[in-house]
Order: sequence, then C-alpha cells, then structure tokens
Amino acid sequence: MTHRRRFADREDLLGIAMLTPALAYVLLLVGVPFVLAIVLSFSTATAGSLSFGWAGFANYRAILTDPIFRRALANTAIVTIGSQVLVVVLATAAAQVFRAAFHGKRTARFVLLLPWAVPVSLAAIAWTWIFDSTFSVINWTLKVAGLLHGWLYWLGEPALALVAIIIVQAWRIFPFATVIVLAGLASLPQDVMEAAIVDGAGFWRRLFYVELPLLLPVVAVAVLFGVVYTATDLGVVYILTGGGPANTTHVLPTLAFQRGIQGADLGQGAAIAVFLLPFLIVVAILMLRLARHSEVGSR
Amino acid sequence: MAGVEIRHLSKRFGGLHAVDDVDLSIREGEFLVLLGPSGCGKTTLLRMIAGLEQPTTGQIHIGGERMDDAPPRARGIAMVFQSYALYPHRTVSRNISFPLEALGLPRAAIDEKVRWAAEMFGIGRYLDRYPRQLSGGERQRVALCRALVRDPKVFLLDEPLANLDAKLRNTARDELKRFQRRIKTTTVYVTHDQVEAMGLGDRIAVMDRGKVRQVGTPQEVYEEPVDTFVATFVGQPPMNLVELQSALLGFRPEHFLPRDHFAAGEPLQSFPFAVRRVEYLGSDRYVYGTVGDGAGDAATVIAKLPATVGKTIPEGETVEFAVPRRALHYFDGASGVRRP
Repeated sequence: MTHRRRFADREDLLGIAMLTPALAYVLLLVGVPFVLAIVLSFSTATAGSLSFGWAGFANYRAILTDPIFRRALANTAIVTIGSQVLVVVLATAAAQVFRAAFHGKRTARFVLLLPWAVPVSLAAIAWTWIFDSTFSVINWTLKVAGLLHGWLYWLGEPALALVAIIIVQAWRIFPFATVIVLAGLASLPQDVMEAAIVDGAGFWRRLFYVELPLLLPVVAVAVLFGVVYTATDLGVVYILTGGGPANTTHVLPTLAFQRGIQGADLGQGAAIAVFLLPFLIVVAILMLRLARHSEVGSR
Repeated sequence: MAGVEIRHLSKRFGGLHAVDDVDLSIREGEFLVLLGPSGCGKTTLLRMIAGLEQPTTGQIHIGGERMDDAPPRARGIAMVFQSYALYPHRTVSRNISFPLEALGLPRAAIDEKVRWAAEMFGIGRYLDRYPRQLSGGERQRVALCRALVRDPKVFLLDEPLANLDAKLRNTARDELKRFQRRIKTTTVYVTHDQVEAMGLGDRIAVMDRGKVRQVGTPQEVYEEPVDTFVATFVGQPPMNLVELQSALLGFRPEHFLPRDHFAAGEPLQSFPFAVRRVEYLGSDRYVYGTVGDGAGDAATVIAKLPATVGKTIPEGETVEFAVPRRALHYFDGASGVRRP
C-alpha cells in the first residue's frame, strides 16, 4: 500500500499535460500562420523567391488606392450583411414551422440540415448549374410561370452575380441558424408565451413583442457565426464567379487568394487578408455585447 | 361580470383522463377554489376555462355564452400564472400595459389605466423597473395588475402564492381576498394548499383523479366531507379513520382528546390510545399512536391537543382517549362514501 500521490492525483501536472496538445495545436496551426500573415503584409515577399524585404505600409497603401480592392471590400460587406438578413428572416420562419408538430418532421429536419453538411465546393458547383446562363432552372421556372420576359444572366451581370452569391451564402448558413433559433425557441419559458396568448396578443404581436426580443441573444449568436463564416469564405465566390465578371464580384478572401497565391504577390495578398481582421473583431465585440445586454430572466 | 358553467367537461391525454366529466357551476362574483393533490386535473380544468387547452368533450359557458371553441382573447378572462410569467424584457409598466396595447387602446388611456392599477397594488414606484429587479411578492402584484387592467369577466389564478415564502403568503392571501371582495369579479383559484383554499374560497371544489368530489363552503367541506378522500385531504393533520366492522369511523384530530377532559354526561366514543410519540408544536401538541379493539389491525391515529389541555401524555403507555359522538363520521368501508 503506497500513500504517495500518483500522477493522476496531481491536478496541477495533469492539467498542464492535458492542455498542452490543444495549446500546441492553436499556437502552431492558428497562431503562427496568423503572425506570419501580419508579418508578410508588411513585406515585399513573393511566391517565387526567398527574398524578404521590409515594405512598411506600402502594401496597404497600394491596396487602398486599388479600385478592385475597394470593390471587394464593399462586396464583402454587401454579401455578409445581405445574406445574414436573409438568414435571420428565413431561420426565424423555419423555426416557427419546425416548432409545430407534423408528420415527417424528423425527415424534414434532416433534409433541412443537409446544406450545412454538404462540402462548400460541391454545393457551389451545383449552384453554378442553377445559375447557368443557358440552363438556369430559375430562369426556366420563371419563364414557364410567365413572370420573366427577357433572360437573366445570373453570373454574367455584376449586380445579379452578387445576388447569386448572397443566395448561396444564405442557403449555406440558414440550416445552422435555424437549428440555433429552434434551440432558443425551445428554451423560451412556456408560461410567458401563454401569458401573451391570454393577454390577447395575436401571432405577429407575440412574435415581434415577446418571442423575438427574448430570442435576441440567441439570434445574435447565430448572426455572429454567420458573419464570420460568410466574410471569411473563399469557396463560394471562387467557384461561382471566380471574382468575375471583370473583377466586380471579388470578396476579400478571393482577392487575397488571387493576388497572393495566383499572382504570387504574397505581401499584398496578406495585406488584403489581414484587412478583414479589425472588421471581424468589431463585429464579434458588438454581437457579444448585444447578447450580454439583452440577457434577461434569471439575473 | 359573469358566472362560469362547466358541463360534462373531459380532457384526455392519450389514455389518461386528466379531467373526467366535470360539472361545475361558478356563480357571478364568487371566489371558487379548485383544491386537490398534484395531478388531480385542477390546473387542466383551469387551462380549459382559459382556452389554453382544448376540451376533449363538454361545454364551457362564460357569462351565458358558449366559449369552449373561442380563442383565449375572446373569453374575457385574465390569468395569473404560478411563475407570474412576466415579460422579462419589458418594464413593469410595459408589462401591465401589454394586454391594453393588444386591445389597441390609445396611449393616454393605457397610461392612465396602468397608473390606476399600479396604485391599487402599491407598486407605483416600480413602474420603470424590470421584473428581475423585483422581489417575489412584487412580481406577484405586477402579475395581478396585468390581469386586472383587462377588466376581465373572470380571473383565473394558478397557484399564485406558491412561490412566495411562508410569511409573505399570509399577507398576500389577505390582500388577495380583500382585492377580490372589492372588485367582485368571478375568480377561479387553483391550489393544492388546503389552508389557502379554506381561507380564500367562498366555495371549494375538491378534485381527485380528474373528478370533482365535493363542492361546498369551506365549512361544509371540512365538517361534512362526502367521502374519505375529501375527509383526509382537507384538514391538517388529516381526519383519522378507524375500521369498525364493515364501516370506517372518522374523527378529526382536534376532537380526539383525553377522556377525562370531557364533561360528564357528554355522549362519547372511547378508545384505548397506545401513545407512540408526542410532538410539541407550541400552540398544539400532536400525539401519534394506535387504537385497536384488540381484534383487527391497530389503526394509526393522531390527536391534536391544544395548549389548553395541560395533561401530561406519557410516551409508550396506553391512555384512555375519547371522541364526542356528534363529531363522528361514518363512511362505507368499500366505497369510502359517507353514510348518513
């Protein structure tokens, strides 16, 4: 019988041992590339050589005066905000549907989640067919329904192409947001909802004056995730439009990829990519604040 | 103001009869208490009156109009929930105004009404606070205010005092009763607490397993229980039941006293009482023990001795106890129904 503490009893050592792999992962695979990206954005590095010259803010000056970059920055904001507005409306509506009991609810919920499970690249390729200039399902449907009299070149016109990108991004994030909102709905106090019914509030009054305000923290979380997913996504735009026509639909990740990897200008590519950082930090802080402020109930 | 008529009302959840063919007539301006153990169907009955549950069969009439198909907002009812169900994201004043906003009243009229109700319950200075900043008692008043401003024909209250601490509950009970007397609105009040039921109700409807066992004034329910369920559910400690041939003999603990305590000549039923334990509770003493005629099983009974009975009761000994014959109840041994 030994009375000495074994390794498993030493919580201090055990903690360090168990945290080390996670910490190493974050440092090596997130921290190092992150710092490298910031360093590269201040350098003259190119993909073809090992030379590394200090460039100061030259890369940032260059992209800020570049109309393509400005357009990409605006596009990133438009796509992110547009798709998230769509997602919030759709997810709230879908969550209402899924709250009701109906036959085949499990199947419907499974189907709903599919877009989220499909790899982005595969889905985007399918969507290129839906938006195809000749075979577009949307166009044919509208035509047969008598709603469309010309022809829509979805990926050929800058404005329509942006709409297409927004639709695909919303389609991609919407299932996840629905699941989050559903969870939020389930956690709402049932008697408060019933009190609103007894108090004479109809469906819309209950939705806008009771349910949505109570759901706000949950919706904020869904939007925060959506913003981060959409603003940093490369695949959808890259496959759908490749930034075209004529560089009008670039978002920051695709432009960074084009300049930094395909164009071999690592410095400028990094500068474009790093540009997202302050934007996302602000969004994250705002969303977390909102969630905390509107936290209600028990406290 | 209006009464409530309930006819042959049933609610089935799967195979369970939550409410089973209930007939109940609630008079205009009456304070009726639905009393019963948990799961007896009292809350389901209340929710059907509110319109939050759809009856399986039967009818509900409020103020003479058939209402069992009407949505809750059309029934002229207001409800106070056990948890108060205040809107956590709205201030007290916006909580109280919510039903009025739903009615589409002009802002000025709403503000006036909210102030009037808040003054009535003494919560005028909390109007700008949020529910989470209030104590339990204050929240309960806000919930009552919110129910009051609708000018309902019927108040439905679902255990509104259950979440208050014991001390506050007494004051709140008194306030509630005075408030109801003042506005004279028909009130249906659900509780499992028989002290609340006795103290508040003009009449009490005692429910068990989906059925109404007895409807009557607190006095009727206490003094003339229709069966052994009502007899043992109402009263604290419950009525003692002793088997006597094929019948059950019932007597209240406060009538079960040492034999020498009664005046000579009073007709008595005596029992040898094997005392097991004496509990001292200040104003009373509870004496636990068994009585038996030696033949059948010994029945456990409780005697409740007021502080005015000074006699020492030794634990572990048999003492001669008695019940005045006028305080005896007889119930059928098999069905538990009261015998005349």
